[in-house]
Amino acid sequence: MSILVHEKSRILVQGITGDFGARHARLSIDYGSQVVAGVTPGKGGQTFEHNGVKVPIFNTVADAAKQTGATVSAIFVPPPFAADAILECVEADLDLAVAITEGIPVRDMVRAKRAMQGKRTRLIGPNCPGLVTPGRGDKSHGGCRIGIAPGYIHKRGKVGVVSRSGTLTYEAVWQLTCKGHGQSTCVGIGGDPVNGTSHLDVIKLFNEDPETEAIIMIGEIGGNAEVEAARWIKANCKKPVAGFIAGATAPAGRRMGHAGAVIGGAEDTAEAKIKIFRECGISVAETPSDMADALLRVWRG
Amino acid sequence: MNIHEYQAKQLFEKFGVAVPKGVAVSSVGEFDAAIAQLNTAGGIMVKSQIHAGGRGKGTFTDGFKGGVKFSPTKEKAIANAQAMLGNTLVTAQTGEAGRKVQTIYFTEAANLGKRPDGRDDEYYLAILLDRATSKPVIVASTEGGMEIEHVAHANPEKIFKVHVDPAVGLQAFQARQIAFSLGFTGELFKQCVTLVTKLYQFYWEKDCAMVEVNPLLVTAEGKLLALDAKVSFDDNALFRHPDVVALRDLNEEDPKEIEASKFGLSYIALDGNIACLVNGAGLAMSTMDIIQHFGGSPANFLDVGGGATKDQVTAAFKIILGDANVKGIMVNIFGGIMDCNVIATGIVEAVKETGLKLPLVVRLEGNNVEAGKATLAASGLTIVSGDTMADAAQKIVKLVNNK
Repeated sequence: MSILVHEKSRILVQGITGDFGARHARLSIDYGSQVVAGVTPGKGGQTFEHNGVKVPIFNTVADAAKQTGATVSAIFVPPPFAADAILECVEADLDLAVAITEGIPVRDMVRAKRAMQGKRTRLIGPNCPGLVTPGRGDKSHGGCRIGIAPGYIHKRGKVGVVSRSGTLTYEAVWQLTCKGHGQSTCVGIGGDPVNGTSHLDVIKLFNEDPETEAIIMIGEIGGNAEVEAARWIKANCKKPVAGFIAGATAPAGRRMGHAGAVIGGAEDTAEAKIKIFRECGISVAETPSDMADALLRVWRG
Repeated sequence: MNIHEYQAKQLFEKFGVAVPKGVAVSSVGEFDAAIAQLNTAGGIMVKSQIHAGGRGKGTFTDGFKGGVKFSPTKEKAIANAQAMLGNTLVTAQTGEAGRKVQTIYFTEAANLGKRPDGRDDEYYLAILLDRATSKPVIVASTEGGMEIEHVAHANPEKIFKVHVDPAVGLQAFQARQIAFSLGFTGELFKQCVTLVTKLYQFYWEKDCAMVEVNPLLVTAEGKLLALDAKVSFDDNALFRHPDVVALRDLNEEDPKEIEASKFGLSYIALDGNIACLVNGAGLAMSTMDIIQHFGGSPANFLDVGGGATKDQVTAAFKIILGDANVKGIMVNIFGGIMDCNVIATGIVEAVKETGLKLPLVVRLEGNNVEAGKATLAASGLTIVSGDTMADAAQKIVKLVNNK
């Protein structure tokens, strides 16, 4: 298995007619993912075509889901409209909404997250690279790629990867793949202070997933999400975990590209988080070049 | 985005939050007219306007002490303001370079109320996002006028928190909870409920990242006033607040950061001597970390974003080279989807255009990486190639430290 999505997951793309959404819809189709619908209000009835694949476009998420059986949405809608796009997925009862959009106002996300309470739909992101469950073909072709991650760097296997950052996730995945170790699912949860799915949520899913044998958790300065996950791992997780925290050199109070990465309290510096990782039995990567090796020190593969 | 105290207080007034009367000016010629608008019977506060805290305890580079001064007379106020305006104020938060004071805020000095133990009757009030719950939280304390971090550490029982449900907004009982927790009764209780309610309305409607009032003061006459005001806004929401954008003071921002933002680059200057150019915020932060890990010192954070173009790379090099401390550059690109050869071509052109003489180590990985490396090798330039992040960081640290 994998977590959250698998090779047959049926994907709809909100914002498929925009440059950004269209580009990544094409890459997902090339990767062999099941892109079955697009949503752009006002362009319902048109078709998005790529390499012989015809993707019908709908006016609403509900229509798209009903007509095509899509259960997962990739959201590429511009920031002012993105929270609305997320809530449209909730209304349509999708399993998963993956918000790639960067720059959504915090207030919009605070409201959207509150409105999602008790609902069926899970949100990944926003401001995230999305998620990949690698396929079993050449260069992991045939997998489920939702978002903007490069597909070919993956390899199907047993390691679960969870991270706030896109490029750091790719770094970890590539290190694993180069050393011959594949991934079950790689999840980018996003760099914003308010997000739908936390490190801990993903760790719990990996812990339950029979295919996942080991986990890499990549965090950053700011907030206490990694600490929360680490403490849960110590008490509950049966699988070996390696961790890395970015931002040891970041000055306090400055926002480093990710809105979430601002140092505020006592437990949200890199030093404090790394200390807690160690106390919780997580194998710590000293540098970002050491992420796969840190895992292989506690897991034979 | 940050704003000045006087701007924050003007916004407070619009929302009905009580503040001492004040006038802000930016030239000596306006001092007289500004003070003439105030009731100076109780004295005048002269307040340097910079985007940094610790002003009262700060020192100017010419030795003048105090960026916030009580002045008993108009003459004294003008003398203090003359000493501050155009002078550079160094506080615990400005760094050694300090900030040039370009605006002076004159306010009526409040007649401080006293507690039974003789202390000034000062409180703390702030509204911000609680990341753990994804809800706004109102933080209040009876211990105002000092650093809240200190209170949180020494007297955590004196800090009160109320979380606001974004579905319904701040409820009246919650505003009452704050007023009760601060120990107010009678007329002051009512004033506190009103002030908390209006302040929350301001926080929410204007998409603030943080609103902080420290101290919140009770005057000898029994009035509750926001004596200081620190406000920052959510950058992502500025598109819907042109009135807030108009308050931006570019003098308070690093010119290199402003230049970078024009090219869609995210740049933050640091104190070190090894510049880095990276795609992705997380990778950029950890590139700084790995430089330090191997004994170097990062000069900046620079994220060129996921789809960097040749123009962006050239602009990034120019911004990096504008920092005289820079003695070497490390480029770290994981080109997942973008073409490494496009980046390599951009680097070669940027090096030629800027006439770069400093050591340059480039680590390229990802899509079309072989062509990218070939482009760098064929350029005839002395560009050192790093195979991994660790390899590249070790190489640039060695090159810079051996110089």
